[in-house]
This record gives sequence, structure tokens and C-alpha cells, in this order.
Amino acid sequence: MSGVTVFGLCAAAAVGLGFYGLITNPQPLRKIIAFNLLGSGVFLLFGVVGRRGAVAGTGNDPVPQALVITGVVVAFSATALAIALLLRLFQTTGSTKLSNRTSPGDGSDPAGG
Amino acid sequence: MSVATAFEIVLAAVVLGLGTWTIVVRETFSATVGFVAYGLLVALIWVRLDAVDVALTEAAIGGGLGGVLLLGAAARLWDADLMAMEAPGEVARASAAALSVLTAAALAGAVLLLPDPAPTLAPAAVANAWATSLSNPVTNVLMAFRAMDTMLEKVVLLLAIIGVWSLAPDSAWGGRPGPRHQADPRGVLAFLARLLPPVGIVVGIYILWTGADHPGGAFQGGAIVASMWLLAIMAGLADTPPVSRRSVRFILAAGPGLFLVVGLAGLLFGAAFLSYPPAQAKPLILGIEVAMTLTIAATLGLLLAGAPERSAEP
Amino acid sequence: MSLVRDMMTIAAVSAGAFFFLAGTVGLLRFPDTLTRLHALTKADNLGLGLVVLGLLPQAGGLRDGLKLVSIWLLGLLAGATVSQLIARTAHHGSTR
Repeated sequence: MSGVTVFGLCAAAAVGLGFYGLITNPQPLRKIIAFNLLGSGVFLLFGVVGRRGAVAGTGNDPVPQALVITGVVVAFSATALAIALLLRLFQTTGSTKLSNRTSPGDGSDPAGG
Repeated sequence: MSVATAFEIVLAAVVLGLGTWTIVVRETFSATVGFVAYGLLVALIWVRLDAVDVALTEAAIGGGLGGVLLLGAAARLWDADLMAMEAPGEVARASAAALSVLTAAALAGAVLLLPDPAPTLAPAAVANAWATSLSNPVTNVLMAFRAMDTMLEKVVLLLAIIGVWSLAPDSAWGGRPGPRHQADPRGVLAFLARLLPPVGIVVGIYILWTGADHPGGAFQGGAIVASMWLLAIMAGLADTPPVSRRSVRFILAAGPGLFLVVGLAGLLFGAAFLSYPPAQAKPLILGIEVAMTLTIAATLGLLLAGAPERSAEP
Repeated sequence: MSLVRDMMTIAAVSAGAFFFLAGTVGLLRFPDTLTRLHALTKADNLGLGLVVLGLLPQAGGLRDGLKLVSIWLLGLLAGATVSQLIARTAHHGSTR
């Protein structure tokens, strides 16, 4: 069992953990954190594949590395947008509940003001 | 089993333990702190996988800026955390656990059954390095061989910032993001915000410059410059700019704009969209990277600042 | 000569690791925030300094050595300011 396989199994476990957290945790911020965990596991899988393809003098295949760098930045911007949405939800409704049982116009601002 | 493999097993175990703790701990603030530590340890894993560029990006953007984002959100949502939320029932949790275990097992099986010898694009990337005369293969792939992906990624960043800005309430439309931070001007935070940004900006520019031949690049350098700007904002030494200001919008569009102009020039005067003539490849790429670093620093900083909350009057 | 360098590296890095361990034990065992900060900053600054000292013989040249030392100085700066900020918040919180 080489080190690279260990990291691959770690990545698979991270994906499973993030998936479980995303489904079961009721709070949206915890869901966002679990989603980031899931994403980092996927990126690690890319890294494992790249490490196994390390030939021609490079330590790690540069193409998966470039894809992961792009992925990290995009995941960060998606997280930022999600948190901006969450904070706006908290501002307008006073709670972060995602359930749709609150009726519209429930004492919150109707026009976004 | 060598010492290196034993170290890697311990590292993987600690990372998984941290990940599990982040998912199951009760308070959201603790989960955020756990996630930041997790991000930094994953950067260590990237170093062990010989992908130093990705380790820098993960430490700077994934762990660092992502951690700041989540910590800020956890602080503002403190009261929401105290409200009891209905956790899903036993059946839902058991089926979610079964689904997660199934997914993890499938991925683990895929990892164990990866083909040997591994398919790789490294020889192609190294063989074509003459076209750009840069020696960092990752920078070659990012800026030359798959430059289209990088250009579209800049556009994605721009779309994200437009999305965040569109969440402003009517009274603050086009105004300044975030609250006005106040800190004791003779205190420790203001001292740090005066001392560190010159050093940080030099380090960021150095990482951009050295990305041509060594691990580094525009994303990592831009993230460091963004964090220096955010430090100055959080210490009250600078204020977030109003999002309707033309210079802000120009800086945000400069990166993808320059990329697009170079790409169209390649279409008109060269072989294809985004093709560089080999003689001018290095100056073109460095020019695009400078514009990219400015845009990335501004975009990441503004993404962290959030939606406008104050109207634009100073 | 390289044996001497390797022995020095092993000794210094092991001492640094011991200080990190001591700091972590202090973090876990001390009763409140201020004492924990005391354990962390003393142990981590000394631990990081010893690790950097141990890595200096292995550095490739003067520039790499200076980079290592600047990492230690930046770590010191960050640790000092952050522990001051945490301590002031904890102090205000407990005396309010």
C-alpha cells in the first residue's frame, strides 16, 4: 500500500463524509462547509490520478493540477455566492431555515429594501 | 513500509479525523475552525503528492480565504445558530449514511483499481514546453495549452461577483459592501495592518513572477494581495469601495478583457483563438498574468466583502 | 561534514517537535484562554525557530536560508499579534 493509494482512500472517505454532512445537517452554513469538504475530496482524487501519471521529469501530471487549481478558485467563488445568499436570507427573514413553510410577506421586506 | 508511507498514513488519518469532527461537532463556529485546519493539512497532502502549485492554491484560497469567508458568516449568523433546527429523522440519517458509504466505497474501489501503467498527459505537456519558454509545466498548461479554461474561469469569477452584488437591498444599491470596520488606530490589529501589507504585496508579486519557472502563479499571488487588502479593510485603515465606481469595475474586467483581446489577436493574426507566436509567448503570458493578478486580487477581496450594505455616499 | 549537518538537523527539528508537543499539551490541559495562549505562543515560537534552525543546514544557499528565516519571523509576527487580539477579547469578555 503506497502513500498515493492511502491518499486516494482518504479522498474517497472525504467525499463520503462531505456527502453525509451535506444531506443530514439542517443548517445551511454547515451544508456549505460539508460541500467544501466534498469538493476537496474530489480534488484530492484528481491529485492522486496526477501523481500516478508522473513521468517525464515532473512530480505530478500538470494537466490535473491545472484543473484542480481552476476548481479551487471556482469552488471558492461558489461558496462566496452561497454565503452571500445565506446572509441575505438571514437579513430578510431573520432565520436561516430553508423550509418553505413561512408564508411570503411575513413581516419581511417585500421589495428587497 | 517506509517512514514516508507511515507519515502519510498518519497524515491521512489526522485529516479524516478532522473532517469527521467538522461534520459532527455541534457548534457551527467549531466546525468552521475545524474546516480551516482541515484545509491547511490538505495543503500538506498536496505537497506530499508533489503538486506544490495546488498546495499553494489550497492553502491560500481554500483554507485561508475560504476560512475567512466561513468565519465571517459564522460570526454574523451566531444568533441563527442558537435557534433549534429540526434534524432529519433516524430513517433519513440512516439512508444518508448508507448512500455516503456506498459513494465512498465506489470511489475507493476506483482508486484501488486504477489502471497500471497510469495514463498521463505529462509527456505531451513537457514536449510542447518549447512553445512558451516557461519551465513550470503547470503554468504552461494553465496559460497556454488550456488557456481557454483559465479565461472562462475568470469570467466565472466575474459572474460570481455580479451575483453577490445583485443581492444588495434597494437602499444600498451600488453602495459599499460590508460594515464599516472600526479598530483602535493605535492597537494591535492596526499595527499589523500597517506592517504586513508591504511585505505581503511583495511576496504576492514575487509568487506571480516566479510562477513562470517555479511553483507559483497568478492565482496564488492574487490571493495573497487580496488578503492584504482585506487586512487593511478589517483594521479600519481602508474602506470597501462603492461597487458602482468605474475604476473598480474596470479592474474587475481587465483580466478577462485582456485575455479575450489576446485571444482574438491570436485568431486574427495567428493560427487560432488564443494562440501565441512562440517568440512573443513569454511577454504575452506575463502581461496577461499581471492583469489576471490584479483582477483576481480585486475579485477575491470583493467576494469576501459581500453584498453592498451601505449606500455609496462617503 | 554532511553527517554533522544531518545530525544538527535531526537534533534541532526533534527539539522543535518536542516544543510543539509541549504547546499542544498546554493547550489541552490548561484551564482558561489566557494560560492556553501562554503555552501556545511560547512553545510554538520556540518550536518553529528550532525547526527553522534545523532546516538551515539543508538549505540550498543564502537566499533559501533567508527565506526560511523570514518564514520564522512572519510566524512570530502572526502569533504575537493574534494572541494579543485573542487575549484582549478574552479579558474583556471575562471582566464585562
